[in-house]
Amino acid sequence: MPNPSHLEQHPEVAQRFADLHPPLSRQAALVEANRCLNCFDAPCTAACPTHIDVPRFIKKISSGNLAGSALSILDANILAASCSRVCPVSVLCEGACVLHRYNEQPIEIGLLQRHAMETFHASGAPLPMKSDVAHPQRIACIGAGPASLACAAELRQRGYSVTVYESRALPGGLNTYGVAEYKLRTADSLHEIDLIRNLGVEFHFGVNISTDADFIALESQYDIIFLGVGLGSMHKLKIPGESHPSVIDALKFIETYKTTNAPVTGRHVVVVGAGNTAIDAALAAKRIGAEVVTIVYRRTEPNMSAFDFEFDHAKREGIHFMWLTQPIAVHADGDNLRSLECLRVALVDGKPETVLGSNFFLKCDMLIPAIGQSPLVDWLSQCRGIVPDSGRVPADPVTGRTANPKYYAAGDCVNGGREVVDAVAGGKRAGIAIAAALESAHA
Amino acid sequence: MPKQKLPSLAVNFAGIKSPYPFWLASAPPTNTGEMIMRAFDAGWGGAVWKTIGAQVTNVSSRYSSVDLNGQRMMGFNNIELISDRPAEVNLREITEVKKRYPNNAVIASLMVESTRDAWHDIVHRAEDAGADGLELNFGCPHGMSERGMGSAVGQVPEYAERITAWVKEAARTPVIVKLTPNISDIRMPARAAKRAGADAVSAINTINSITGIDLNTLTPRPDVGGKSTHGGYCGPAVKPIALNMVSQIANDPESQLPISGIGGVATWQDAAEFILLGCGTVQVCTAAMHYGYRIVEDMADGLQRWMLAKGFHSIEDFRGLSLPRVTEWKHLDLNFKIVAHIDEQKCIGCDLCHIACWDGAHQCIHMDRVSGPVTSGPIDGHVDLHPIPAAYEAASKSAIAVTPIPKLDGSAKSGNHGPFATPLARIPRVDETECVGCNLCSCVCPVESCITMVQIPSNQPPETWAQRTGEKDCTAPNKA
Repeated sequence: MPNPSHLEQHPEVAQRFADLHPPLSRQAALVEANRCLNCFDAPCTAACPTHIDVPRFIKKISSGNLAGSALSILDANILAASCSRVCPVSVLCEGACVLHRYNEQPIEIGLLQRHAMETFHASGAPLPMKSDVAHPQRIACIGAGPASLACAAELRQRGYSVTVYESRALPGGLNTYGVAEYKLRTADSLHEIDLIRNLGVEFHFGVNISTDADFIALESQYDIIFLGVGLGSMHKLKIPGESHPSVIDALKFIETYKTTNAPVTGRHVVVVGAGNTAIDAALAAKRIGAEVVTIVYRRTEPNMSAFDFEFDHAKREGIHFMWLTQPIAVHADGDNLRSLECLRVALVDGKPETVLGSNFFLKCDMLIPAIGQSPLVDWLSQCRGIVPDSGRVPADPVTGRTANPKYYAAGDCVNGGREVVDAVAGGKRAGIAIAAALESAHA
Repeated sequence: MPKQKLPSLAVNFAGIKSPYPFWLASAPPTNTGEMIMRAFDAGWGGAVWKTIGAQVTNVSSRYSSVDLNGQRMMGFNNIELISDRPAEVNLREITEVKKRYPNNAVIASLMVESTRDAWHDIVHRAEDAGADGLELNFGCPHGMSERGMGSAVGQVPEYAERITAWVKEAARTPVIVKLTPNISDIRMPARAAKRAGADAVSAINTINSITGIDLNTLTPRPDVGGKSTHGGYCGPAVKPIALNMVSQIANDPESQLPISGIGGVATWQDAAEFILLGCGTVQVCTAAMHYGYRIVEDMADGLQRWMLAKGFHSIEDFRGLSLPRVTEWKHLDLNFKIVAHIDEQKCIGCDLCHIACWDGAHQCIHMDRVSGPVTSGPIDGHVDLHPIPAAYEAASKSAIAVTPIPKLDGSAKSGNHGPFATPLARIPRVDETECVGCNLCSCVCPVESCITMVQIPSNQPPETWAQRTGEKDCTAPNKA
């Protein structure tokens, strides 16, 4: 694995992408932890896809048992440090907090979890193993995103040999390449994965598994193959002029500022789409130095897929929103992008329809399409015995087992693209199920 | 509206007049005349001077605290000794304070070696200085007791009686005997004080304590160069112990004397409780050390408003009113019956009452609103009908939960805006046929007046254990 030190933040990025929610000091964490009621059968725990025992870890912070707190978190969620930063807690654990019903602020579960995890990381302690037994079976995980990492860690902790194959240079998937830097720094994502590597999980980077022969070779070497490949590249706008170099999709834009020493943006940036990634990209452009950042969306606010807190954040930072707007062409003057031509949209029976002749031009020297990722349908179709359904891998929700019992899958490629914590939960469940299957086959 | 006439807070305690019943206890807040004058300016009615007498040398550190859930000084502990200033300085300052604050009570707390001459000498000097009364420190539990003073006297009623008698031979002002709680029955030294002619008692002094141990250094707190010693415990934590001891003295005919109540008094509510158990004044230390003299403002303001609401015109109007309600267990009505009632509108679904009832009480609060009938019915009965608490937790943790994504879920965007209703499945139900009315659920419920204890009619006349067992004195419970 490459040394993450070369990915320490660019000073300018560090300055412009300071922590959105600064960490709690030890005493602030204590005060917040003491506010937790310690509910029975706590709704926050039930709401967490990985079912972190929230009151348990919070009361361990109260008692000063920070190592125990972190270990109880890690028992449920091996990527708990990054989840504490990137989870949309207001629709998960914190959204479920009973204090809402008492007209009080919910417990800051995300920040408390971060406090426990950062204390754990600072201690230099390794991740714990769950078994002393060394099992002979081998598992390959394809993709090094959250789902694969969770599956790999679960199996390795139980004593299995696990190898992760990743086509890119770094592990972590969107945690490393695609999360806004003010939420999670690339270096922190890589550090968290270092701990999984230190468990004894083997990683191979820059490996493309793409041919039938590749799969046959894998099947001969491994007892089980886990697919944690996520989604593919971002959807194209499919409008004229889109191939211009100043049209950069949101994930590519975010990856570039996070991993290069030369964050660049235009002065007049237009982002197309109103999901969470669109907002991450828009805010990044603003922070890097764009003067005007506009999000255009062909529908209206109630339809946008971004979480409310992301929308509020964007408004606070001065992002413009243009509703009912449909881009139709990109206009450039040689190397320089000039404008984005758009049509007005009217909602007819709730369906967006462009208004003929309503053309107008938005000043734009950088265009960032952010209208979602496409599924890896072609690639998935090569996996033997797996027939993608609506672009997703059909898999048992509890075990992750696919139609081919040698293949398991979880994460975005199964659920269509949810959150990191959903991928971790799916990967963990698959890991547990794979271990159970291997054990019963062995017995 | 004309200005409302506020009730009077003035008291006459065993002959000592004080504009308010709030006194500062003999302790660091009453170390110097300058401090006591600032305290009187803040509104304290009286001050018991930091104990004057034998020569001492103090150590550092001297205090340690018991914090609770992030709140400081739930309990407090000290190993400081009596005044380490020369007696003549303290006495000179008493004169000065009395000259400038003639209406406030200044009590000299005294502690000298256990000889008649030493006590006569200090009594004369304190009274000559102008003290309104004397408090005999028979309670200090550390340091002085090793030298045969303080609680070494208070723990042996005969010693306390003898010294009190010496003091009474010389004293012209009221004599208050300060009692130590570090004894099996506080009434014994109180009776001794009364036999010796004391005019009043004050209780309680601090309780022997070790507040805790530093888990890094393994030294108990407070740390004096790697060693520690037991200290005297005080603060909010000791109030219940003090209230009990005060009521024991007040309800005992052989020790009935005016009582100055001490122990965890920090608010007007605390003061009202001590007075309701018979105290004529209260003494405060820890709260003043924590927040300063200014706390007395609300003690007076709050107490007056409460008195107004209750129709009490003076402290005497309500002093001791709760005493007849303190009795022995055998005189409690066995047929008085209450059960827990959960207000579904107020319940926030923390379900602490459920787990408390199952693990700490009688297994009669259930999570069966959805699976069973809401009101009592056939499901009431033996607890085996219900899953154990761990089964609920296991079910929650084995369920698959996902982040709600409206686009993928095909659902409307929910947002996260109130009002937030508690799901029926999380509102516990009380099985009233099994509820023993113990109060535990209402103690753990974090929502005010969500769980109330409701009296249910008993078809039997009141009956006490004493009556049931035919005990002779059953018709004569202790009268104050």
